[in-house]
Amino acid sequence: MKRKTPALAIYALAAYLFLHLPLLILAVFSFNSSRFTVWQGFSLNWYGAALNDSQLIESSWNSLIIAIFATAVSTVFGTLCAYGLWKRNSKPLATSLYLNLVTPEIVTGISLLAFYQWIFRFLRVQLGMHTVILAHVAFSIAYVVIVVMARLRTVDVRLEEAALDLGANEWQAFRYVTLPAILPGVVAAALLAFTVSFDDYVITSLVAGVNSETLPMVIYAIARRGVNPIVNAISALIVVGFGCLIMISQRLQST
Amino acid sequence: MECVLELRGVSKQYPSHHAVKGISLSLARGEFFSLLGPSGCGKTTTLRMVAGFEEPTSGQVLLNGADITHQKPYQRNVSTVFQNYALFPHLTVQQNVEFGLRRRPGNHFAQRALEALDLVRLAGKEARRPSEISGGERQRVALARSLVLAPDVLLLDEPLSALDPNLRKQVRAELKAIQRRVGITFLFVTHDQEEALSLSDRLGVMNAGQLQQVGTPEEIYLRPSTRFVASFLGDINWIDGVGVRPEATRIAKQPPDERPARPATVVQSTFLGNLIHVEARLADGQPVTAEISRLSASVLAGDPVYLWWEPADELVFE
Amino acid sequence: MNRLRAWFLAPTWTVMVTLFLAPLAIILAYSLLTRGAYGGLSPPWTAESYGRLVDPIYFVILWRSFWIAGLSTVVCLLLGFPLALFISRSGPRKNLYLSLVILPFWTSFLIRTYAWMFLLRDTGLVNTFLEKLGLIQGPLPLLYNNFAVILGLVYGYLPFMVLPLYATLERLDPNLLEAAADLGAKPGITLLRVILPLCEPGIRAGSILVFIPCLGAYLTPDLLGGGKSVMIGNLIQNQFTTARDWPFGAAVALVLMAVVMTLLMILAGRDSEDLL
Repeated sequence: MKRKTPALAIYALAAYLFLHLPLLILAVFSFNSSRFTVWQGFSLNWYGAALNDSQLIESSWNSLIIAIFATAVSTVFGTLCAYGLWKRNSKPLATSLYLNLVTPEIVTGISLLAFYQWIFRFLRVQLGMHTVILAHVAFSIAYVVIVVMARLRTVDVRLEEAALDLGANEWQAFRYVTLPAILPGVVAAALLAFTVSFDDYVITSLVAGVNSETLPMVIYAIARRGVNPIVNAISALIVVGFGCLIMISQRLQST
Repeated sequence: MECVLELRGVSKQYPSHHAVKGISLSLARGEFFSLLGPSGCGKTTTLRMVAGFEEPTSGQVLLNGADITHQKPYQRNVSTVFQNYALFPHLTVQQNVEFGLRRRPGNHFAQRALEALDLVRLAGKEARRPSEISGGERQRVALARSLVLAPDVLLLDEPLSALDPNLRKQVRAELKAIQRRVGITFLFVTHDQEEALSLSDRLGVMNAGQLQQVGTPEEIYLRPSTRFVASFLGDINWIDGVGVRPEATRIAKQPPDERPARPATVVQSTFLGNLIHVEARLADGQPVTAEISRLSASVLAGDPVYLWWEPADELVFE
Repeated sequence: MNRLRAWFLAPTWTVMVTLFLAPLAIILAYSLLTRGAYGGLSPPWTAESYGRLVDPIYFVILWRSFWIAGLSTVVCLLLGFPLALFISRSGPRKNLYLSLVILPFWTSFLIRTYAWMFLLRDTGLVNTFLEKLGLIQGPLPLLYNNFAVILGLVYGYLPFMVLPLYATLERLDPNLLEAAADLGAKPGITLLRVILPLCEPGIRAGSILVFIPCLGAYLTPDLLGGGKSVMIGNLIQNQFTTARDWPFGAAVALVLMAVVMTLLMILAGRDSEDLL
């Protein structure tokens, strides 16, 4: 019964076009010399404008720093957590992580804002890069746990027992037997956490300070005012960049 | 005889069931000891308690007289060969064998690993990965990996069950030869009675968490102490509450004098070369088997015969 | 082992408690306070904020969020099921087709939303294209309305519907389909009477996985709705920024959470599969 009717294939083609064309069109028009939808010639001037805009550059830098720190922390925390849960599940922790994943971003965002404001009564701190990084760690960990957990499920439990039997203690068993086995998964999780952090708008916009604008925040501000080919150019760059990272991540997850 | 491993009243109780009920055992140095029993009888749980992967709910485990009951697996000088070998897939054969060595102070890791691989006849394959060698070869790597650590006791959890049946007899012989050579005490767990009988110096028969009998293969086979042990090892005919082995069951046209006998009808007789396998049915319909070396006269299906046996061959239990 | 494991879980526990659970608790507390004179918070403790949701101005937002999320879910189901069916029957290239669905989702959500702004505006590609073809005289108002929001939501969350559907279809025993054919069922009947009913768990999982983010959507109604398609997410954000009515915003947020958790309990109640 694996007969593919042509109707189904045609439909699938249309569906894939629906999923991919918008971004492709966006990319194509980033090379349009005019800012209108009528094609008026190939040009790279929007890329030039994007790469020379100081606000864009500074915000990209901020996004990069935030993403790197947040990814580093959430990958380490998340990997250790996945390992701990794999050994023996903890219903409360698993439920918290699950809840974290499904809570709408707007809710986590405002709750973090409220939390920070409450904390700021006691500490003399303000919203800034650090508050953003902490927020990003908070919502990235769950993604890391999922990816690493999926990888751990392919590891034979007996291998750690064999290591213990041969004289390794629990930490050595993790370090020399399990960790090498899950490393591709850990890297894949890190790439995922990076893209999720870099792209975040909702939560970041609520907890960022005045001097910690991120790239999504700038893009949002421009897009809010209407369509702008500079956004097309940035979009093309981001989509290609993220696309590569995610493809690598997918490859790693299936080794 | 020096006792290297002793179990005193070791029990394991799970919330759902009582897996091991008060096992007491003592293994001599250099002995090949098997724990034999059907699946679920608790033999693997017992093994895991000796290895340190499970903690006994009560009782003690002593290694060379020292209490190791609550020690972690890596603190005990015992080593396990797992049923599925548990070789580290990301390491080569040699690295696998060196693994335990590297957890201890010392040197000459490579040399000792290669010597161990030589012992199990895997010289030349040390650079391969586990995925690149056969099942039988993997088992030998697992063996080398454990032996190289010179444990006081080597624990083997049904190591032959994952092999091809035709490979098993050969590997069995090699295993016995290696044990003789290195002189390490083997604690071997299996459900296959032929394996246990052929390999062991002594064996213990377990059922439903209890150790029913411990002894040499001959003792266990010829003088089983319970009905279960009698049924589990070899075949047995139960005739009116008395057990008689097929090879002790004789066939005659007329009942001999002063011997216990029963009338029966032959169902089938099969010539197996070295012996003749006869299946018969008693008057009440109960099936009986007899294995005889030769018949004075041939028996055919449907023939009325008498089954008899020497009283000395009877196995009686309360 | 338990000590090591405790150390491994501790960092994540700390983060979860301080940066997720505690903030939610604070929001719960705020929802029961009153708005202060300058937009801050003050006693008395009251549940008044929750009551304001019944007010027609706000209730209409709740209602709109529900039907937009619902419609988006239905559209995702209608569009996603044939696609999942296709992938499950595509033989050796299954993984390729599957990643082609997943890949766009993981590129920037913001940019994917912006792409529809680009396409749907009055001088955008769709309108220009239709005008060139002579199908319309003037531009259609495709942007800054509910239609655009639903389109954006479907586009954004379609993979969340396709994946669970695909998973269920994958597990379908092909013998069942052969048996149906053997007993005289034509492909259409087999689809309706055998495949669809057996896909019920996947349909349920996919629907909830789409409905929840749609219900709590913020970016899509903000950019594609242009202020005319206010949903719960926008309402909450507004209370915490412009309107500075934190107790009310908190109350709305908690109501949203309550709905989300109820839906999840319905999902978890029947399936025992642990998502993590």
